[in-house]
Amino acid sequence: MNEFLAKYAFLIVPIIKVAILVFAVLTIDAYLTWLERKVIAHIQARWGPHRVGPHGLLQPLADGIKFILKEDPMPSGVDKIGYFLAPFLTLTLAITSLSVIPFGPDIKPFGYVTNFGIADVNISLLVLFAITALGVYGVALAGWASNNKYSLLGGLRSSAQMISYELALTLSVVGVLLIAGDFSLKHIVEHQDNGSLGLLGWNLFGFSKDGAGCTQIIGFVCFFIAAIAETNRVPFDLPEAESELVAGFHTEYASMKFAMFFIGEYTSMIAVSCLATILFFGGWLSPFPASWTLTHFIPSIILIPFGLWVIFDGIRYETIFGRILLPGVGAVMTAMGVAFFLFPGVTEVIQGPFWFFAKVFAFLFFYIWMRGTLPRFRYDQLMDFGWKILLPVSIANVVLTSAFLLWRMH
Amino acid sequence: MTAPVIIFFVLAALAVLAAVSLILQQHPIHSALSLIVVMVSLAGLYLLMGAEFVAAVQIIVYGGAVMVLFVFVIMLLNAGLEERTNFSKLATFGGIPLALALGGIIAAAIAKSSGHLPPPAASGAMSSTKQLSMLLFSEFVYPFELTSFLILVAILGAIVLAQREN
Repeated sequence: MNEFLAKYAFLIVPIIKVAILVFAVLTIDAYLTWLERKVIAHIQARWGPHRVGPHGLLQPLADGIKFILKEDPMPSGVDKIGYFLAPFLTLTLAITSLSVIPFGPDIKPFGYVTNFGIADVNISLLVLFAITALGVYGVALAGWASNNKYSLLGGLRSSAQMISYELALTLSVVGVLLIAGDFSLKHIVEHQDNGSLGLLGWNLFGFSKDGAGCTQIIGFVCFFIAAIAETNRVPFDLPEAESELVAGFHTEYASMKFAMFFIGEYTSMIAVSCLATILFFGGWLSPFPASWTLTHFIPSIILIPFGLWVIFDGIRYETIFGRILLPGVGAVMTAMGVAFFLFPGVTEVIQGPFWFFAKVFAFLFFYIWMRGTLPRFRYDQLMDFGWKILLPVSIANVVLTSAFLLWRMH
Repeated sequence: MTAPVIIFFVLAALAVLAAVSLILQQHPIHSALSLIVVMVSLAGLYLLMGAEFVAAVQIIVYGGAVMVLFVFVIMLLNAGLEERTNFSKLATFGGIPLALALGGIIAAAIAKSSGHLPPPAASGAMSSTKQLSMLLFSEFVYPFELTSFLILVAILGAIVLAQREN
């Protein structure tokens, strides 16, 4: 049995990892919609979902059931291949893009060393861009195949927008590539590890381990703006502008097919946040210098009080179900916090993933925050901004970074 | 049959089938989609030969950028079904013999080769990306720069042609 496991570990481990990742991503997507509705509601002084389960926590589940049970009508005159292919393409590509992301340093479950992520490819960044490049077809095809003028306009807008912003997206990353000298996301993170300076080593500030590097703040700003445009989110959500195009490219989609576009969009938001974290914010590295070992207890310091507060809040909740569920969730959180505190081995392992997911969460929150705050661009403003500001600035960033690196070499 | 050989035949069959479908499809968008499948399976073949960088760039540039423009233009023109015409005389008497001759030459070339696939380039100390850029910027720098110049001229030409109508 053990020999069999050792022989086929290269096959079994990735399959387990894929299963875990897909399950985790779909759950996170579901609760991201909950978070988005809650946060936007509070920005607009409303309550948000509050009926299904305590604090609306079961709302994603209800939404899921609704999506599955709803009728799925197909409009007449659609192009069948394109109409069915589009949602599958969007969702598959979005989830595939997460496969090359390293979520933490290498781990050793049961003595088998493996990377914390699905695949450790030496061109992972290029693979990500290749997947993003193909992602346009989902939206464009959906718009064209639906046999609807609003859908077609949405599809056209999105193709034009994605072509325009993909250039800036790719060029804004070149600075990071020049500094790291590698396409591997894992090596890019490791290159930002400056033990004694903590967060100053990140590409955003640029004091990486081989002496003073070059700050990539310009690159980051360009990257994040272009990435928001690539994921079709506010303020760049012209492909699905409700007030002009009904719902844009997915007007004619209902039920699970609509849900696939929806999940695809949220998954690409997660992928982009992961990429921003890795390229500019040091991935799984802690923002504190390595010698500050007390900071290893930060996960516990956050989890224990939050868990206690959830218990305290849950006991006084209006419904009986809430009075059972919320203290239960709070107890699990507190127990996890205590476990992170008591077992040194667990504390070590949890550091990388904790910082990685904390940064990704911050980006996701920023996405939602912007949706609650900013109005949509006009189409000509979008094109002007992409071609006349974002693209020249990212090219300037490439030139400046290479000039700096050349000057430092001599 | 080892795994790489099986993958090679799957990808090659996919590429050929998609290429045939590209010609036979009635609608331009379906043809464009078939062409995307050809490009992506070619990228898979490059990957099989150990050229990861070329494979990724094949998908980014051809599968992504170029084909998106194709699809975009077809959608913008709202092109309908293709009209079939009969074979022209030139195709019957010139095209078919030439196609057969080309097929014969390729078949002969394959038959003459040793029958063994060359081993993929070992990705050892230097990654293939670095090797490629070294070659591109030292040995082949003039052809490389000339090609870029040619592309620039083509872009300018397109702009001039588009501007002339106003």
